[in-house]
Amino acid sequence: MSEQGVNLEFTLAKYDFDGAGQASSKLKRLLQQIGVRPEVIRRIAVSAYEAEMNVIIHSQGGKMLAVITPGQTVLEFVDSGPGIADIEKAMTEGYSTAPDHIREKGFGAGMGLPNMKRCADQFDISSTVGTGTRIKMSFNH
Amino acid sequence: MKLADIRDLLRAEVISGGDRLDIEIRSCCGADLMSDVLAFTKEQTMLLTGLTSPQVVRTAEMSDLVAIVFVRGKRPGQPVIELAGEVGIPLLATEYPLFEACGIIYQHGIRGTAPREGWQRAENE
Ligand SMILES: Nc1ncnc2c1ncn2[C@@H]1O[C@H](COP(=O)(O)OP(=O)(O)OP(=O)(O)O)[C@@H](O)[C@H]1O
Ligand SMILES: [Mg+2]
Repeated sequence: MSEQGVNLEFTLAKYDFDGAGQASSKLKRLLQQIGVRPEVIRRIAVSAYEAEMNVIIHSQGGKMLAVITPGQTVLEFVDSGPGIADIEKAMTEGYSTAPDHIREKGFGAGMGLPNMKRCADQFDISSTVGTGTRIKMSFNH
Repeated sequence: MKLADIRDLLRAEVISGGDRLDIEIRSCCGADLMSDVLAFTKEQTMLLTGLTSPQVVRTAEMSDLVAIVFVRGKRPGQPVIELAGEVGIPLLATEYPLFEACGIIYQHGIRGTAPREGWQRAENE
């Protein structure tokens, strides 16, 4: 792999439950081909999937960007709102605003954001109500 | 324990992945909340669940789970079966409800993934 690495970009559509997980799945396969350690791939895949689901469930849609270099994978998720008013609260285990029809699909435990933070070597979240949310995570290979 | 033993214990039907019944099951997890699975399981774990959405297969794929058993007689649709085939995860279905299915397997020596110190300690006491 070159030093510039590989760049991937995926569009994530609101409530696209059939397509949900495709981006994370492709990312995981690529990391396996490159030969990243399975333990690291697992943390990246789990975090990517949680973040992907959040954009699909909680936002109006957005995208996932991945930059993979020999030493690390950097993931960025950007969506177009509604944003998160209280990030500290959203980061609390068990806090969720997911409605019943989302819970029926197996989401809404309020574990996604804390799980991402635990899995990533670096985790950064910023959000503006009315504009959108941005999450950046880095994983050392 | 092999996946074939689990099939026998749960009198389960093999929906797909019948060529992989010799895989070793080291631990199990029973859940209907996928984020709990994503947060608390180890690899080489088998999932028992009452949900049949594509997200169950995706969750198993991301967490390196090795098999899925649908409980309470639930059956996934064809797209879910195809997705599981693509990612190489065998699917089974049992009539037992989640609690019973987990209990039967637990009785035969399979344990959970013990993620939290609290109940790891409780088990050792
Ligand atoms: N991209 C987003 N846009 C707007 N709100 C969000 C976004 N991501 C998360 N949130 C808010 O933060 C809460 C907590 O998110 P988190 O991922 O931890 O849990 P969840 O998605 O509700 O459930 P789980 O991830 O366990 O299925 C959500 O319920 C939602 O209110
Ligand atoms: Mg979430």
